[in-house]
Amino acid sequence: MGQSNGKQVFAPWENPEEKPIIRFGGVTKRFGDFTAIDDLTLDIYAREFFALLGPSGCGKTTLMRMLAGFESPSAGTIELDGKDIAAVPPNKRAVNMMFQSYALFPHLSVYENIAFGLKRSSMPKADVDGRVGEMLRLTRLEAFARRKPHQISGGQRQRVALARSLAKAPKLLLLDEPMGALDKKLRQDTQFELMDIQEKTGTTFVIVTHDQEEAMTVASRVAVMDHGRIVQVATPDRIYEMPNSVYVADFIGDVNIIKGNAKRLDEAKTEVHWAEGQAPFLGTTNSEVQSGAACFFAIRPEKVAITMDRPKSAANAVSGKVLDIAYLGNISTYHVKLATGEIFKAQMANDRRIARRSFTWDDKVWLSWTDTAGVILAR
Amino acid sequence: MTGRFSWFNITALTLGFAFLYLPMLILIVYSFNESRLVTVWAGFSTKWYVSLMGNDAFLDAAWVTLKVAVMSSTLATVLGTMAAYVMVRSGRFLGRTLFSGMIYAPLVMPEVITGLSLLLFFIAIGLDRGVVTIVLAHTTFAMCYVSVVVSARLVSFDRQLEEAALDLGCTPFDAFKSVTLPIIAPAVIAGWLLAFTLSLDDLVIASFTSGPSSTTLPIKIFSAVRLGVSPEINALSTIMIAIVTLGVIVASLISKRAIVRQQEDEQKALQK
Ligand SMILES: Nc1ncnc2c1ncn2[C@@H]1O[C@H](COP(=O)(O)OP(=O)(O)O)[C@@H](O)[C@H]1O
Ligand SMILES: [Mg+2]
Repeated sequence: MGQSNGKQVFAPWENPEEKPIIRFGGVTKRFGDFTAIDDLTLDIYAREFFALLGPSGCGKTTLMRMLAGFESPSAGTIELDGKDIAAVPPNKRAVNMMFQSYALFPHLSVYENIAFGLKRSSMPKADVDGRVGEMLRLTRLEAFARRKPHQISGGQRQRVALARSLAKAPKLLLLDEPMGALDKKLRQDTQFELMDIQEKTGTTFVIVTHDQEEAMTVASRVAVMDHGRIVQVATPDRIYEMPNSVYVADFIGDVNIIKGNAKRLDEAKTEVHWAEGQAPFLGTTNSEVQSGAACFFAIRPEKVAITMDRPKSAANAVSGKVLDIAYLGNISTYHVKLATGEIFKAQMANDRRIARRSFTWDDKVWLSWTDTAGVILAR
Repeated sequence: MTGRFSWFNITALTLGFAFLYLPMLILIVYSFNESRLVTVWAGFSTKWYVSLMGNDAFLDAAWVTLKVAVMSSTLATVLGTMAAYVMVRSGRFLGRTLFSGMIYAPLVMPEVITGLSLLLFFIAIGLDRGVVTIVLAHTTFAMCYVSVVVSARLVSFDRQLEEAALDLGCTPFDAFKSVTLPIIAPAVIAGWLLAFTLSLDDLVIASFTSGPSSTTLPIKIFSAVRLGVSPEINALSTIMIAIVTLGVIVASLISKRAIVRQQEDEQKALQK
């Protein structure tokens, strides 16, 4: 997952010597008395593929518009390459943005839309043609070059918008939900294409997405936002494995959350007492959880094993009854109701043939997981 | 499905065009009338055109009118578009309502009052009445019409298009010129045509602001018609119709050529 596979590990954010390409310093943006961005501080490094994740209306587009220069912060500073960009107009920023609404020029053909920025750069005319052709091939729009935006489909329009923003190969590229209208296959191709472009050109990407799978695939780091604030910034695997709050755990992927009381055993291990007469859950602590304080135990369904008999050596085990089975092809999700009323989700890979699958509705089963699989969260 | 040319469409089209162009057609036909009587056809002749060529008063008036109409409508289009752009784009500012109200006020002002106040103004600043004063006067009132037509279009214009242009390296002026203006062009052209026709047939304001050496055609025709309609006037009008038609055809040919050239450019890019 992410970019941690092979070669040299790319992690400039761990190097205190490294200068960020973008630095938000206490940025606040208000529209009237509504605060869209709330005292946000964030560093993004060159060559990163930075994903912004969050529910609709949490301020992702506003953040991008401030980077592109269409909105100015009500407070705080934004630095690009170490220089405050407050006074730099949008056309003087080495930043291109792909708009969520595409904002294609309706009076220009697909070709001219893509060539628009190039014609206004110092690029010679002959090279413009070559570059546009390249972009058309990349986004598979060769056949539509002469069409106007209103003569192509929504997915094709989105690709034109993408091609147009990529054409100038800017230092920083802002993509506001760039693949929402694409079908799954084309979306995956485009994701890999983007990663490839980034590898070749060294462009820094900031991408807004609703699709957490997409964020996990392409991003070097992910920021999860809520109401104009950043809740957590981390690599995709850390966000997934070590969320710092229930909000993040719940936003990214499927998760079981059990409320309880914490009892710290040592630096890393904590017990969660979650019901009278039930053995406590054992897990790792990510955030500051005080002994005796209320907390949440979070565990991903795929980390929960489901068996007929109680496993002998499991750190955590709890029994229940199968309530529902969702067959998803490669995996199945079991909804198991515990004696205390909680509903637990457990996932199992379908590596056996149908006939040999072992559980069905109303079976009594045991759920178990290791002592490091669950995370204990303070909030 | 009856297709695009159902009987209803054809009837509507015919009726509409008949209303628009039948009077003009009659005028053109009678300009070639042999007879001096406007309502009696007496055979084909171009003698009224010949006699018109000798009528310096009419020719001067026609020339003044055309000059005034082109200059004032162009000026009014530039100013009116700018005013509309500022009103729609600038959002809220102190005195905005007052300002926009003042732009549109001349629309409802009786022409006599506009004409009189302009006359008094020109006298006050000591400007001699002539072509310049008529152009200024026509610009003043035509500008409001242009501004109304253009701002109606600008309100529904997606501002993100301008932002996208800025983002791709345009200066604000370049963005306006290469994105906003082409998209709102139909409204701007409509505004220009409106201003042009308003200027062409204005009688009241022109009478107040014209000088002895700068009579416009409406003033001339109006005073001539009181002595009886002459076929010379028909001939004159026919020439004006011909000039306008020619202008429209040339303009559309020029823009067609530009499109063809763009398409050739695209084709070249794809052959690589
Ligand atoms: N120009 C504006 N005027 C007033 N409110 C705005 C404006 N732009 C955005 N907002 C508000 O700011 C919040 C964040 O918007 P946005 O950044 O577009 O969210 P997202 O892209 O995450 O869905 C929303 O509640 C939106 O209504
Ligand atoms: Mg958005």
